[in-house]
Amino acid sequence: MPELPSLEGAGGLSVLLPGAPMSALAALFVRDLKLAVRVGGGALMGVLFFLIVVTLVPFAVGPDPNLLARIGPAILWLGALLASLLALDRLLAGDYEDGSLDLILTGRSALELAVAVKAAAHWLSTGLPLVVVAPLLGLFLNLDWWASGAVALTLAAGTPALTFIGLIGAALSVALRRGGLLLPILVLPLTVPVLIFGVAASNAAVTGPLPFGAPFAILCALTLLSIVIGIVAAAAALRHGLE
Amino acid sequence: MRLAGIDLDCVRGGREVFTGLSFSLQSSEALMVTGPNGAGKSSLLRMVAGLLRAAGGRLELKGGEAELTIAEQCHYLGHQDALKPSLTVAENLAFWTRYLGGSGQTLEALAMLELDGLADLPAAYLSAGQRRRLSLARLVAVKRPIWLLDEPTTALDRAGQARLAELMRAHLAGGGLIVAAAHGPIGLTAARELRLGTAQ
Repeated sequence: MPELPSLEGAGGLSVLLPGAPMSALAALFVRDLKLAVRVGGGALMGVLFFLIVVTLVPFAVGPDPNLLARIGPAILWLGALLASLLALDRLLAGDYEDGSLDLILTGRSALELAVAVKAAAHWLSTGLPLVVVAPLLGLFLNLDWWASGAVALTLAAGTPALTFIGLIGAALSVALRRGGLLLPILVLPLTVPVLIFGVAASNAAVTGPLPFGAPFAILCALTLLSIVIGIVAAAAALRHGLE
Repeated sequence: MRLAGIDLDCVRGGREVFTGLSFSLQSSEALMVTGPNGAGKSSLLRMVAGLLRAAGGRLELKGGEAELTIAEQCHYLGHQDALKPSLTVAENLAFWTRYLGGSGQTLEALAMLELDGLADLPAAYLSAGQRRRLSLARLVAVKRPIWLLDEPTTALDRAGQARLAELMRAHLAGGGLIVAAAHGPIGLTAARELRLGTAQ
């Protein structure tokens, strides 16, 4: 087996790829995951923020269990949307600030693939935890397990769309050298369709009478579309921003 | 191998930084880019590294690998060190080695820059000079023919500067090219000078 000097600390992927030389993109993926879970990485921040947003709702609208159950899916979706927005700031800005982005650009991988890998690692470290905790937070909103599961399923299908739409915003704010505040304003309007169909599918599963399949299929289509457009647009924005 | 810039123009933020700049250098040659602040030294290096579009003119590389762009055959050492504070010294170098297409001889590279004792230390605890040395280790760990060094001696102590000069001489002896921007001598006596900010 060829030696892989510093893979011991890499965790999972070295087990998945025993002996295989890690490609440039796999190295980028592992690095981004490591950064997310280490101190200051912020993988947990989104989950905590999600928890706080969902906890605040009963204080704001009152502790009426029926009302909470009715608006529960929407609250979970809004919370997940805001939580994923919070983490987007770190998707490319960190690499831009410390000069890593310059080196990523001189790498031999296509920029589209590099940003796709970064976004995938970002979703795995910030989006997936939201999906996992959503059923738990559903309890706070008087959702039964069936309804919570439906919301988690729609979040699993929809949060990648949020990440990849956010990727465009992150690339633009890096290219325009306008940090943080521009990002939510760019990204939030673009997430409206995802929110509409995510909540529609969740509600259809919980209360009916609409079928679950139609809005869920559209949600999945939106995700696939955002992945394609997000990658191409973000790479184009970064190239254009080379100054 | 021959790297040439022909009639390069650089415009930043609507302001012309330099126009009609031409240079060329062969294997085993070094080019020192000098000039006052704002003359476009860093911009020229970023242009060669593919990080800045030339407003006019073109760059040519003869004798390189045909399938790779010029930028993909360059090492760019900028003002920023591209290190992640929460990764260890070895992890930082291992990542860039893999990402930039190196073979993974990271321990040797660390030893050459006298960082092997710090391999397991998170990069957050490095001094400015140690961070610089870690960035330089990248150049050793991954073989690329063109080195673009933007004020490489910044923050390096005397021993570090001597080590850098050794590395540069070894790179030139192996047929590499170096374009370095600097204000003072960086230990390359045979380097030609390209002076910016004066009549070209």
